[in-house]
Amino acid sequence: MRIALFLTCVNDTLYPGTGRAVVKLLTRLGVDVDFPAAQTCCGQAHYNTGYRHQAEPLARHFSDVFGAYEAVVTPSGSCGAMVRELYPRMGERARAEGRGDTLARTLAPVVPKTYELTEFLVDVLGVTDVGAYFPHSVTYHPTCHGLRSLGLGDRPKRLLSAVRGLTLAELPGAQECCGFGGTFAVKNADVSAAMGADKVRGAESTGAEVLCAADNSCLMHLGGTMTRLRTRMRPVHIAEILAATQEEPWS
Amino acid sequence: MSSREIILGRIGRALGPVPDEPYEAAVDRGYADAHGDLTTGRTVDLLAENLADYRALVHRADHARLPEVLARLLAARGARTVLVPPGLPPNWLADSGAVPVPDRAGSTPAQLDRADSVVTGCAVAVAETGTIVLDGSPDQGRRRITLVPDHHICVVRVPGQVVSSVPRALRRLDPARPLTWISGPSATSDIELDRVEGVHGPRTLEVVLVEGAESPDRACAGTITRG
Amino acid sequence: MSRTSGGTFVGMPAFPMPAFPEAAREAVGDATLRANLRHATHTIRDKRARAVAELDDWERLREAGKQIKDHTLRHLGRYLEQLEEAVTAAGGTVHWAADADEANRIVTGLVEATGEREVVKVKSMATQEIGLNEALEAAGIRAYETDLAELIVQLGDDRPSHILVPAIHRNRAEIRDIFRSEMARWGRPAPEGLTDTPAELAEAARLHLREKFLRAKVGISGANFMVAETGTLVVVESEGNGRMCLTLPETLISVVGIEKTVPAWRDLEVFLQTLPRSSTAERMNPYTSTWTGTTDGDGPRAFHLVLLDNGRTDTLADEVGRQALRCIRCSACLNVCPVYERAGGHAYGSVYPGPIGAILNPQLRGTATALDASLPYASSLCGACYEVCPVAIDIPEVLVHLRERVVQGGEFTRHGAKVTLRPAGGHAAERAAMRAAGLVFARPGLLRAGQRLAARTRRAHPRKLPGPGRAWSATRDLPTVPEESFRDWWRRTRERTGRTDDREAGA
Repeated sequence: MRIALFLTCVNDTLYPGTGRAVVKLLTRLGVDVDFPAAQTCCGQAHYNTGYRHQAEPLARHFSDVFGAYEAVVTPSGSCGAMVRELYPRMGERARAEGRGDTLARTLAPVVPKTYELTEFLVDVLGVTDVGAYFPHSVTYHPTCHGLRSLGLGDRPKRLLSAVRGLTLAELPGAQECCGFGGTFAVKNADVSAAMGADKVRGAESTGAEVLCAADNSCLMHLGGTMTRLRTRMRPVHIAEILAATQEEPWS
Repeated sequence: MSSREIILGRIGRALGPVPDEPYEAAVDRGYADAHGDLTTGRTVDLLAENLADYRALVHRADHARLPEVLARLLAARGARTVLVPPGLPPNWLADSGAVPVPDRAGSTPAQLDRADSVVTGCAVAVAETGTIVLDGSPDQGRRRITLVPDHHICVVRVPGQVVSSVPRALRRLDPARPLTWISGPSATSDIELDRVEGVHGPRTLEVVLVEGAESPDRACAGTITRG
Repeated sequence: MSRTSGGTFVGMPAFPMPAFPEAAREAVGDATLRANLRHATHTIRDKRARAVAELDDWERLREAGKQIKDHTLRHLGRYLEQLEEAVTAAGGTVHWAADADEANRIVTGLVEATGEREVVKVKSMATQEIGLNEALEAAGIRAYETDLAELIVQLGDDRPSHILVPAIHRNRAEIRDIFRSEMARWGRPAPEGLTDTPAELAEAARLHLREKFLRAKVGISGANFMVAETGTLVVVESEGNGRMCLTLPETLISVVGIEKTVPAWRDLEVFLQTLPRSSTAERMNPYTSTWTGTTDGDGPRAFHLVLLDNGRTDTLADEVGRQALRCIRCSACLNVCPVYERAGGHAYGSVYPGPIGAILNPQLRGTATALDASLPYASSLCGACYEVCPVAIDIPEVLVHLRERVVQGGEFTRHGAKVTLRPAGGHAAERAAMRAAGLVFARPGLLRAGQRLAARTRRAHPRKLPGPGRAWSATRDLPTVPEESFRDWWRRTRERTGRTDDREAGA
């Protein structure tokens, strides 16, 4: 199976390790991964901040880049949700604004074949044991868009539970938002920081070494909060845990 | 232009032309008419459980023993006066020593406030929610008599007056009558969002589930008190 | 500041409220408030989940509630006329109020016509929204709030901070102190030796208000639902103060938003199941009263219904935003909202705080003030509010839609007329940044160049950002920029042939 990796602009720029982990993991599972280099950004930040019209060219670009692939896999719940939930809505809005069906038709092909990573693993590949080894205690934070928009459910935890050496600690208040929220993190910095600090304290209370999530944007916020609060935990993207093996451990 | 015309005009402009859409077709009524398929007996038990869960005191009796049970409940409360709706079956209070006070049109709220208790029937009771509904029929009286006294005893004829669910209750009720749905004694969640019983309405709600026909052949089970 | 600023949110233009982030900053720093809100919202959150889980058809009830409300809104004019006819036929009088001032004038006039100088009130969002108590006070009429939480707010000269529990920001000890110091000014003083046990506080409220109920001649209420088919009004409550106000006075005046209409009696079967469970997490609230006009010999002899617009038809004109009018004021969205929990209700500057307030206020009041323009951003878009909403209002969708209205402007309806809004000020830098990002993202080559520049200069990146970036770096470290972006790694390791795949595609 040949898929396109939609890494997201944040991961490409700031978290290439997550991208390398996805490639390693999927390749190990027999998937042929391509990284279309013309990819940039799904437009989520624009859309969610109120610049829908400026998000439209980015969405069209996404569709151009990924439209021909059998499946598109992204290690980000929120960017996945942008494509799956909000691209159709952008099409509808354009139609309501009297601009016809063009946008809806352009975006339609990528919507059903875009998968968040854990969803792709469990639903498409049908695996929960990906042969990973990660001898650390981990607590998992389900990020909001993965949880509520994509309905990832217990897929990430099923994947983590099958990792050898890994102990999974229940995160108190797991389903509460970490406070990132894109531009919310700066527009409402005080509330965002308070939410982040509460999330970090909750994670710390589990005694786990690692706070895991399936979205690096949230982990960027939580990781930045952790170092500021001098927490000894490390934020790690789920792809990096699932990619780790006894032969090639996570570093 | 009147405000009525202004508002209706704004609505018309806000919505633009709206195709006609029959009410019946607008809503998917696929939700449950009642939850679970309970036997009659189980439905009455559920009513008792849910009433008790919200701190109503639940008693059971048969018709023959009802006057005795009511007398005992009023005596236990120390009630000297009891408000009586105009159509309360006269024998219900036959055994009680409390002085019956009929609700007169001219009675003021302050006069009602001096009554210790009130005894009424009900229109329907809802098992799933532990609710009794009063509709102002002669055995229930005006709304205020079940509001001002601090102690309300409501007699529910089971199983005839019991329905399992809210949808079934609504179908039995006449919207033209003033209705009062009562689920437990007066309560509030206003202090730290935690429920506390007892604010303005009756702080003690007792419900007597009275069984069988008026014939006295079924032995009475006395009372069970829960909660 | 005048009393008006303490007791109400009305008069905002005269007393401009700070934008949400500034107001929230204060709340975030208030440890007592944070603890009170956390305790209360977490208590109710878990209970609500259990109450909802009892019904296996919850999702279908939720969908039906949504459909009933949407259908009503699509035919609102017709249903309001039907409602008016039914209420009138049942002995009531219907009044129409296009805005808050008109509603206040109508109610004041009705009270004055009775010759009374005081009224008892059931908690009502609509009368708070229009500032009725202040309008009555200006006319020399005293309005007594009788809901326990409203009483706490009124006695404390405070502002409501929650839809269901307006005094949620107060803990039991604070409530005791308010009762002890303020009750005597308003009537019967607090009992000697009042402690902070909730039962004693409830008892104190019972004693304090009883004399007012027993002598009241005029009651004022809102309503949770109005049934067009029958002309029936419904008030859902817990304490019995509602029943007192609805049945003991001789005159009853109900001020109700036009969106509270449902077509038929049968529709109550949905909402009487979803509202109590969403709101107080009960299978059924202690008391629900329904009445249709007046009834001979039972309850008020005169009944007036004031139908309130006050921005609702403007909201109706927005096809994305109008779903906010489905709201049944359960406050489940407040109770699950992580932003509300930390910012508190006052930061929203309205009787409608929390997620629903963030989409309702900018529609009812417009986005002209700094506060109203900031409310659509008072959310991380986590979606918890949508998940619990019993009428499936997609609050995140409306928030984003209103953000668009703020930054892009466009054509909207205010006071029934079409107006063209200009993009709000204060977003110029953001707009430029978004445009610049859009240009970069349209050209992968530019993105790569930017990434390389960032990587080359990574050692020189400051740990703390100047300007607006400080909002991030004041509390969070920045991620370090890696030596090599993923796309460069990919190119280096996978495309040794050196073919460039990232020529400008499709932009």
